[in-house]
Amino acid sequence: MFDTYQKQLGIAVLAIIGLTILSIFIGVSDVTPEKLFANSDDGRALQVLLISRIPRTLAILLAGGSMALVGMIMQILARNRFVEPSTAGTVESAGLGLLVVTVLAPEMPIFGKMLVASLFALMGTFLFLRILRSIPLRSVLVVPLVGIVLGGVIGAITTFFAYRLDLLQSLNAWLTGSFAGILSGRYELLWISLVLMIAAYIAADRFTVAGMGQDFTTNLGLNYNRVMTLGLIIVSMVTAVVVVTVGMIPFLGLIVPNVVRQMQGDNVRRTAPWVIVIGAGFVLVCDMIGRVIRFPYEIPIGVVVGVVGSILFLFMLLRKDAHVA
Amino acid sequence: MIEIKNVTKAYDKAVVVDGVTLQIPAGGITSIIGPNGAGKSTLLSMISRLLPMNGGQVLVDGLDVTTTAGDVLARRLSILRQDNHIGSRLTVRDLVTFGRYPYSKGRPTVEDLKHVRMALQYLNLESMSERFLDELSGGQRQRAFVAMVLCQDTDYVLMDEPLNNLDMKHAVAMMKILRRAADELHKTIVLVLHDVNFASCYSDYIVAMKDGKIACHGSPYDIINANVMCNVYEIDVAVQDIDGKRIAIYYT
Repeated sequence: MFDTYQKQLGIAVLAIIGLTILSIFIGVSDVTPEKLFANSDDGRALQVLLISRIPRTLAILLAGGSMALVGMIMQILARNRFVEPSTAGTVESAGLGLLVVTVLAPEMPIFGKMLVASLFALMGTFLFLRILRSIPLRSVLVVPLVGIVLGGVIGAITTFFAYRLDLLQSLNAWLTGSFAGILSGRYELLWISLVLMIAAYIAADRFTVAGMGQDFTTNLGLNYNRVMTLGLIIVSMVTAVVVVTVGMIPFLGLIVPNVVRQMQGDNVRRTAPWVIVIGAGFVLVCDMIGRVIRFPYEIPIGVVVGVVGSILFLFMLLRKDAHVA
Repeated sequence: MIEIKNVTKAYDKAVVVDGVTLQIPAGGITSIIGPNGAGKSTLLSMISRLLPMNGGQVLVDGLDVTTTAGDVLARRLSILRQDNHIGSRLTVRDLVTFGRYPYSKGRPTVEDLKHVRMALQYLNLESMSERFLDELSGGQRQRAFVAMVLCQDTDYVLMDEPLNNLDMKHAVAMMKILRRAADELHKTIVLVLHDVNFASCYSDYIVAMKDGKIACHGSPYDIINANVMCNVYEIDVAVQDIDGKRIAIYYT
């Protein structure tokens, strides 16, 4: 009835559901299933559950799944295994956009701020691709290096103005991912990333075709530039939504797609569900580590993912059979 | 029929294709030969709308390639370029299935899957259909690309150096497959070939290019002779009739 692919994916989804339930019951405030049902503390446990725990867990799943997915889309479109929003200037550009809108239009609703950040992210990513096109040498590792340099320059501009305008603390909050501040009412923007994930899945075959290069794409009757633009819009909007609500989660979009690629290849239709599921699961586990390792204090998710991610990334780079490249 | 009218391509001052006018008849194999830098690949890229032209017009069955919608043209004409460095980790079957994209838009029907099976069979790839492209040899990969293009099932099939990466055995097998596709499936096949003897043995029509222009065109019998070869390639070429085929000898 189900083929192996569906069975394995089903098991992975069940595992994530198990982790999700576990995640809901981890925290400083004592929330246990018994308390919820006994209603012994005047519904305080239920309140914590609805206002903090469930929103936080949903935010983790949405941000983790969507950041991993856009990492993969970027890698396919840039045709480079080491590109993701934080190695292409996308995240830093979103941060700059956020700073600009905070200074120029502080009263703008959060949705509007997110759109401005998306626009900046899009421009930054286009600039990155533009620079790549004019660099003759296309060694696999030069591409992310260029992105990191570009990100550094944009980040420096942002930091300079944030420093002058006394906004360094806000900037830091945007760029260091943390789910600690997630409460009901402060994460709902992330549902946009679910819509974008669905859109990306619908367009999956276009991305796979574009990943084969401009000539193949044209031969198959698709408009290459249009597919690229669609992909980059999805990447930029997801990045902006996540930066605005959670902050930057480094390496996520790099590691998860590369692991999935080893198992499943590059057919986006097949790999997208896996990337989303593993991305969500990876962030969920990292967030739980961050919450229990110095209990009752909390380590920001960006730090945990950064540490775990950089180890995995080094491992990936140093592996002998370099299919990753 | 492919009608090429006064097509020109220039980069800055360097004219690569210089006002080429040519009609490629429907049916059979047409080979474009000529020395490096003659503009063969550039011409092929312009015919297949991969490269914009600076002037002129190309009509495929009366459709202007620069103005016809991409997906309409993709069901008429397919192109395989010379260097296919696709980094994507796709299985052979996935790649060939994408050849149906102009019809299926990513949702292959039973009919589409039938074409995929046939193309895999035609190129003898069934045993490796589930392998990833990066696990194949250069020759096997080349066959997979050709299978994808055949799966696209267009009346016109354009290929730039399809014998790239192929050894003698597989080069002959590839030319036989293309000959069969022309004869049995009634395709119009346009090839850019380096090896004039393959062009001589398998083409119905040969176009010789030099310095961005058509030097001459005609049947293999007309084109493969010492005079034309010397003129086009600027080396001494002896041509002999061997088993009814014209063979150029130019190795010494």
